[in-house]
Amino acid sequence: MITLTPIKKFTYPVNAECINPDVFQGKTKTDIANLTLFEGNQQKKLSDLFKIEQDKTESPSITINGDVSEVRKIGMGMKNGEIVINGNVGMHLGEKMAGGKITVNGNTAQWTGGGMKKGLIEIHGDAGDYLASPYRGSTEGMKGGKIIVDGNVGSDSGCYLRGGFIKIKGSNTGQFLGFHMSEGTIHVEKNAGTRLGANMIGGKIVVSGVIEEMMPSFSIDGVKPKVKIDDTETAAGPFYVFLGDLAEKGKGKIFVSKANNPNLRAYEKYL
Amino acid sequence: MTELLIKNGFVFDPINGINGEKMDIAIKNGKIVEKINVRKAKIIDASGLTVMPGGVDIHTHIAGGEVNTGRMVRPEDHVKDVVRKTALTRGGTGYSIPSTFVTGYRYSKMGYTTVMNPSMAPLEAKHTHEELNDIPMLDKATYPLMGDWWFVLEYLRKGDLEECARHVAWMLDITKGYAIKIVNPGGLESWGFGRNVHSIDDQVPNFCITPREIMCGLARVNSMLNLPHSIHLHTNNLGLPGNYQTTLETMKALESVPYKGRPVAHITHLQFSSFGGDGWGNFKSAAEEIASYINAHSHMTFDMGQVIFTDTTTMTADGPFEYTLYQLSGHKWVNSDVETETSGGIIPFHYKKNNAVNAIQWSLGLELALLIKDPWKMFMTTDHPNGGPFFAYPKILAWLSSKKARTATLEKCHKKAQRKSLLPSIDRELSLYELAVVTRAGQAKALGLENKGHLGVGADADVAIFNINPEKLDIAQKYKTARKAFGNAAYTIKDGQIVVKDGEVVEQVSGRTMWLDVKTAEPCRIDEEMKSKFRQYWTIDYENYPVSDHYVKVKDPITVKASV
Repeated sequence: MITLTPIKKFTYPVNAECINPDVFQGKTKTDIANLTLFEGNQQKKLSDLFKIEQDKTESPSITINGDVSEVRKIGMGMKNGEIVINGNVGMHLGEKMAGGKITVNGNTAQWTGGGMKKGLIEIHGDAGDYLASPYRGSTEGMKGGKIIVDGNVGSDSGCYLRGGFIKIKGSNTGQFLGFHMSEGTIHVEKNAGTRLGANMIGGKIVVSGVIEEMMPSFSIDGVKPKVKIDDTETAAGPFYVFLGDLAEKGKGKIFVSKANNPNLRAYEKYL
Repeated sequence: MTELLIKNGFVFDPINGINGEKMDIAIKNGKIVEKINVRKAKIIDASGLTVMPGGVDIHTHIAGGEVNTGRMVRPEDHVKDVVRKTALTRGGTGYSIPSTFVTGYRYSKMGYTTVMNPSMAPLEAKHTHEELNDIPMLDKATYPLMGDWWFVLEYLRKGDLEECARHVAWMLDITKGYAIKIVNPGGLESWGFGRNVHSIDDQVPNFCITPREIMCGLARVNSMLNLPHSIHLHTNNLGLPGNYQTTLETMKALESVPYKGRPVAHITHLQFSSFGGDGWGNFKSAAEEIASYINAHSHMTFDMGQVIFTDTTTMTADGPFEYTLYQLSGHKWVNSDVETETSGGIIPFHYKKNNAVNAIQWSLGLELALLIKDPWKMFMTTDHPNGGPFFAYPKILAWLSSKKARTATLEKCHKKAQRKSLLPSIDRELSLYELAVVTRAGQAKALGLENKGHLGVGADADVAIFNINPEKLDIAQKYKTARKAFGNAAYTIKDGQIVVKDGEVVEQVSGRTMWLDVKTAEPCRIDEEMKSKFRQYWTIDYENYPVSDHYVKVKDPITVKASV
C-alpha cells in the first residue's frame, strides 16, 4: 500500500494520470517516486510534489492524505485496486475508470467519474458539477458502475448517462441532473434542482424529496406505490410517474414522491 | 529542385496503358521526364513495390460553408479524434470532418495528391478558398453551385444559351471554380419556399423551368465553353426509395445533349441515386437496372458514394433531402440556407451493419461498382463525409478487389440485407490496374486534368508508391495486407518532392488551387439590371462579390478557349 502526502499547497493545477493503482502495481518505491507528472507547464517527479510512504502489505491501493483539490485526473482509467483520499480532490477523478474503488473523505470537483464503465466511487462530501458527465462536446457518458454521494452535487450531473447507478443523499442537486440520459438510474434521496431530466430519452430518475419544478415536456403516466432502485433496494412511495422528455420523443421515467410534492397534485386530473 | 529516380517499381499507369511493368520513373523540376542525370539524382529503390500516379478524388467535401457548419455542430466528432502536433505537422481534430491540416495529411498518407471540393455556394467562395489555402499537401479545385443560380435559370428560360455560357464563364472566374455543379436542380430554389421538386419535369416555382431544362441547358453550355470537366450532377430525389427511376430518366434526358467524344455529365455519389422499392420497408437495391443502362451507354461518368459502417456526418446542398433524413433519424439538424443561392443541411448519421437499410446501401454501392463493367466510368468515392470519411478508402479498395473481403463484411450485416444482396453472385475482383483507374486515372480523365493521373512525360510528378508486390501478394486473398498498404503509402511524391514516407508525413508542402480562366469571344453582359438585383437580393453588392486573385495562395489558373 502506498501513502501519498502533498509536500506543499499547490498553486498550479497538477495533472496526475500516474496516480493510479494499475500504474503503481509491481513498482518499487523508487520507481514510483520517479513517475512524471505536470505541475502547470513544468514536468515534475511524483516525489517532488508528494511524500511517498510504502507500507509492507502487498495490496494495490493508494491513500492520499491532505488537500489535493488542484490535482487532476487521479485514478483516470483505473481498472483495479483502491484509492482513498482524505481531503478535497480536483477535477476528472476516476474519469473513464473501468474497475476498482475510489473513496473520497472530502469534496470532489468537476467531472468526477466522467464516462466511467465499472467500479465504485464513494464521496463522503459534496460532488462538483458534471458528476459522471462526459467532457464538453462528447456524448460518451457513464456506462456502468456506481457512484454514491453523501452530500450535494453540482449542476449538469449524470449527463448522457448510458448505464450505471448514481445515488445522491445530500439535500439538493444542481440543475440539469440527468440531461440527455438514455439508460441507467439516478436516485435522489432528498431534493432535486430545476430542469431535471431535460432531453432524457430513457432510463429513470427517482426523487424521494421535493423537486423544484417539473419540465413541461413531461407527461404524467400514473402513480406507483414503490420503485425498484436496483437489485437490493426499493424506494418507498407513493410516486408520481412522469414520461419524457417528449421534446425528444423520449421514453425516460421520472418518479417523484407524492407526499413531498403537493404542488404536483394538479397533474392528477390528467390520469 | 532535386532530381529523383524511382527505380524498378511495378508501374500501373492506365492512361499510358502500362500494366505492372517494371520500369524507372524520372523526375525533374516537379515534372516527369524522359531521363535524368542518374549520378546527381536521388534514387528511390522501388523494387517489389507498386508505383501509381498520385490519387485523384473527384468529389469530397473538405472545405466551405457546410463543412464548417458541420464542424461547429459536431463537437463529439472532434473529441474522439484528436491529432497531436509534431515537429513537422500541425495538430487538429475531427473524425468525419477533420480540420484542414489533418485533411491534407491524411489524404497524403494514402497517396492522394489532387482532390476536388464539390458544392460551393458562390457567396461562400471566399471562405472556401481560404480553407482550401489551408489544406496542405494537395492540389485542389472547387465547383460552384450553378443549378439554381437565378441568372442561369433566367437565361435558360429565355433559351439564350450563348449569354448563359458567357455568364457561367464569368461565374467560374469570379468564384475561382473548376466545374459546373448542379445539386437537385430546381429543388434548392423550391426549398426556399419549403417545397421540393419530385421529378425532372416538375415546375420550379417563380421560374417556369423544369429540372430537365436546367440539366440539359447547362450540359450544352458546358460543351459550348469547352470546359475540361462535364457538368457535375447530384440528381433529383436523391436518397429516396424508388429514385432509380428519376436517375434513369435523368440519364435518358441527357442523351439529347450532343456527344462529342467527351462525357456530357458526371452523376456523383450514384449509390444514393439507385434506390429501389417504394418505401423504407421494402427498400432494395436497383443496381442491376442502373448498371445495365450504364453498360449500354457511354455519355456519362459516375462515382460511387460508398457507405462505410461508421459514425459520420452528412452534409449536402440538398436541403430538402437533409430534412427527410432529419425526420427519419431525429438527430440534430442544421438547415444552412445561403440567401438566394442554395440550401444546405447537416445531420450526423451512423451507418450500422445491423440496420437493414444501411446494410443494403453498403451492398448497393459495391454492386454498382462491380456491375458497371468499364472502370473508366465508375470511380471510387465515399462522397466524404456523407457515406463515410475519406480515410476509409483502403477498405473500399479491399472490398472491390477481394470477394473474400466482401463476404467477410456481408456475413456481419443484417439478415435482410444478406438475403437481398447481389454481392454473393458477383465474382468480379478488380485488379491493381483497375484500382489505379478508379482511384486516379479515370478520375483525372473525367476531370480533364491533362497533367494528373498518369506518369507520362510532362505530367506533374505526383506519384504514390505502395508496399504491394504484385508478383508475390494476391490482393484478393491477402486483402488485409493490401488494405494496410493502401492506407500507408510507402512514398507519396508531390511535385517531385517526397512528402510521405512509410505512412508518415516527412515534408509539408502547400498544394496549388486550380481554377478555370475561360476565354469567351465577347465578355459577359453586366448591366444595371444585374447589379440592381445584387443590390436588392444579396447581402453583398456586385462590386464586392468576386473573389480576387490574392485570395488564392498558390495560384494555378487553367486557360480554356470557349467556342462562344
